[in-house]
Amino acid sequence: MPALVDVQGLVKHFPGERALLGLGRPRAVVRAVDDVSFAIAPGETLGLVGESGCGKSTVGRAILRLIEPDAGRVTIDGQDVVALGARPLRALRRRMQIVFQDPYGSLNPRMTVRQMLAEPLAIHRIASGADAQRRIAALLEEVGLDPSFAQSYAHELSGGQRQRVGIARALSVEPHFLVLDEPVSALDVSIQAQVLNLLAELQRGRRLTYLFIAHDLAVVRHIADHVAVMYLGKIVERAPAPALYAGPRHPYTTSLLSAVPVPDPKAQRQRIVLAGDVPSPAHPPPGCPFHPRCPHPKKDARCRTEPPALREVAPGQLAACHFAEQPL
Amino acid sequence: MTEPLLRVRDLKTYFVTEQGSGTARAVDGVSFEVQPGETLGIVGESGCGKTVTSLSILRLIPEPPGHIRPGSVIEFEGRNLLTLEPRELRAIRGNQIAMIFQEPMTSLNPVFTVGDQIAEAAIVHQGLSRRVARTRAIDMLRLVGIADPEERVDHYPHQMSGGMRQRVMIGMALVCHPKLLIADEPTTALDVTIQAQILELLDRLQAELGMAVMLITHDLGVVAGSADRVAVMYAGQVVEQAPTAALFARPLHPYTEGLLASVPRLDAPPAREHGRLHSIPGQVPAATAWPDGCRFHPRCPYAWERCRAEMPPLLDAGGEGEPGTHTVRCWLLTEPRRRTPHP
Ligand SMILES: Nc1ncnc2c1ncn2[C@@H]1O[C@H](COP(=O)(O)OP(=O)(O)OP(=O)(O)O)[C@@H](O)[C@H]1O
Ligand SMILES: Nc1ncnc2c1ncn2[C@@H]1O[C@H](COP(=O)(O)OP(=O)(O)OP(=O)(O)O)[C@@H](O)[C@H]1O
Ligand code: SF4
Ligand SMILES: [Mg+2]
Ligand SMILES: [Mg+2]
Repeated sequence: MPALVDVQGLVKHFPGERALLGLGRPRAVVRAVDDVSFAIAPGETLGLVGESGCGKSTVGRAILRLIEPDAGRVTIDGQDVVALGARPLRALRRRMQIVFQDPYGSLNPRMTVRQMLAEPLAIHRIASGADAQRRIAALLEEVGLDPSFAQSYAHELSGGQRQRVGIARALSVEPHFLVLDEPVSALDVSIQAQVLNLLAELQRGRRLTYLFIAHDLAVVRHIADHVAVMYLGKIVERAPAPALYAGPRHPYTTSLLSAVPVPDPKAQRQRIVLAGDVPSPAHPPPGCPFHPRCPHPKKDARCRTEPPALREVAPGQLAACHFAEQPL
Repeated sequence: MTEPLLRVRDLKTYFVTEQGSGTARAVDGVSFEVQPGETLGIVGESGCGKTVTSLSILRLIPEPPGHIRPGSVIEFEGRNLLTLEPRELRAIRGNQIAMIFQEPMTSLNPVFTVGDQIAEAAIVHQGLSRRVARTRAIDMLRLVGIADPEERVDHYPHQMSGGMRQRVMIGMALVCHPKLLIADEPTTALDVTIQAQILELLDRLQAELGMAVMLITHDLGVVAGSADRVAVMYAGQVVEQAPTAALFARPLHPYTEGLLASVPRLDAPPAREHGRLHSIPGQVPAATAWPDGCRFHPRCPYAWERCRAEMPPLLDAGGEGEPGTHTVRCWLLTEPRRRTPHP
């Protein structure tokens, strides 16, 4: 089946800021996204995972052209998104929506839930008047909110309820493709599970395609068909979810998996605690970008000089590590 | 059993809210003890009263709108903190009891270097000179695993990553070698990799310095690896308390059971194979409107008439150890055969 979303060689660099008052040397360019490729089949979910600052949100925004990519090809629903002019882009916007991480910052504090849901219906000329009211009631029901919440303001809602409103708002224009940018990261575990179940149900009911962004591999496992792991602007491993969880090939994936806390005091796990922080994407290390933190015992001079290519190491499983054949 | 380091008895901290929506009974009759050197995990969803409990121990509740009700007891090494003079209280706070807060960015001052902020506590509490305090600050940065501490000591918070700022917070809290560290969601805003670093750091420091830790979190996964005992809070009350191994082996309160089942796990098959992830329906009610009877009953899969009518007391669950080792606030303990969920 042809992919619904196809991304090839996506690049987004941010110009380095100048120091105060524009004096001094300009800072180095931030390589937020550096040659990222993936495809998502209709009705499937790609989980995009990595630590803070690795470029996940930038990927999500660039493929929807909420920011302009510097290079690369993005095809959604058969349309070349990067080449699209303003008017056809607006039409395509109905087909692709984004739900943001922060359930506190992403809703307008001066609007009621009803107004927030009516707005996209009006902008895209989908419905108005009684028809819009009917749709809003149906949307609230679909995301599991009592219709009485239509009168509420954002500050009167809990985190989970706000995230449901954000999802309802994205769904109101009947998109085919949703970028979910850390939709549950700010929520308590119990509410996380509620929202993940809701997203899975909506996907089945509406045959939605998801790019699900998260920093936690445990959360993604419950929703993703494929998983891509990012580090410093690059995908370092990409595989069907069962293969990635059963046999990670990149030491970074292995480390991320081992960092997930296990709610079992008896579990005797070999914890790999990665030393140090993620390096700045303005100064990525030479060679393998992961080498300064890499716990692989075979790590050698090649890792410090030669960037490993993302290559297929098992059927459908790609990894960018010189030692992907001898995983940790 | 040794004398506890901290004893909290029937703590009630209420807030009188504006617009007359009533009194928020944020913490409503909480009791627990912390032994010297041990880690007590405090777990519960947002709004259960975890932060208000820890702020009450330090007497940092804003008054008004808040107040700690008469009859509440907070004893530290046998002294009631609630009746201490402000001067005596200051000598304990930040010195013998230290706290790290939920938000590492908002609790560091952006206009001072991290070194000055760490040194400050040592100057105030231990009367060190600036020069000695600076050396102590560098030692603390090294202790919490920050590379190049001699250089980092002169950096400002915004020059550091979230994980480094949280380490600085820990360094600041530990500079006076407290006997009790209250860590309020020390890792919630951080990546799992950095979370693993911080938890390991806390474990190591605790072993080296012999301090007791109150580890507050909403994630049972976090306490499983670090806590000796766990208190589960719901709606301003402790609803279950047990040694960590017993709690995970035999979670008896339906809320604990639900919390445990909602943790996404890597050591069990993914939910996609079974359809749904377990979740607790509904949400924590407002602190001005705790439900009658058992406060968990509107979300509980087992609730029956008695749960709606009468608040269950903390009941002894038996098991290993002396009586009172594992306690549960749930009527199911009196009628175990009802432990079959309603459809
Ligand atoms: N508008 C911008 N201008 C300059 N730099 C930016 C901009 N947006 C993002 N960056 C930088 O690009 C990098 C990637 O950022 P991005 O927000 O995509 O990361 P992320 O993986 O989504 O992280 P998080 O988990 O924290 O949301 C970061 O170093 C960030 O500081
Ligand atoms: N200053 C205040 N005025 C009124 N109500 C308050 C105040 N501070 C806290 N509360 C209420 O007390 C209850 C408990 O709050 P608390 O901050 O202790 O929760 P928590 O368990 O720490 O939650 P979180 O996981 O979100 O940090 C909440 O319902 C909150 O709204
Ligand atoms: S007392 Fe009743 S409602 Fe409360 S937790 Fe136990 S069974 Fe559920
Ligand atoms: Mg992001
Ligand atoms: Mg709190």
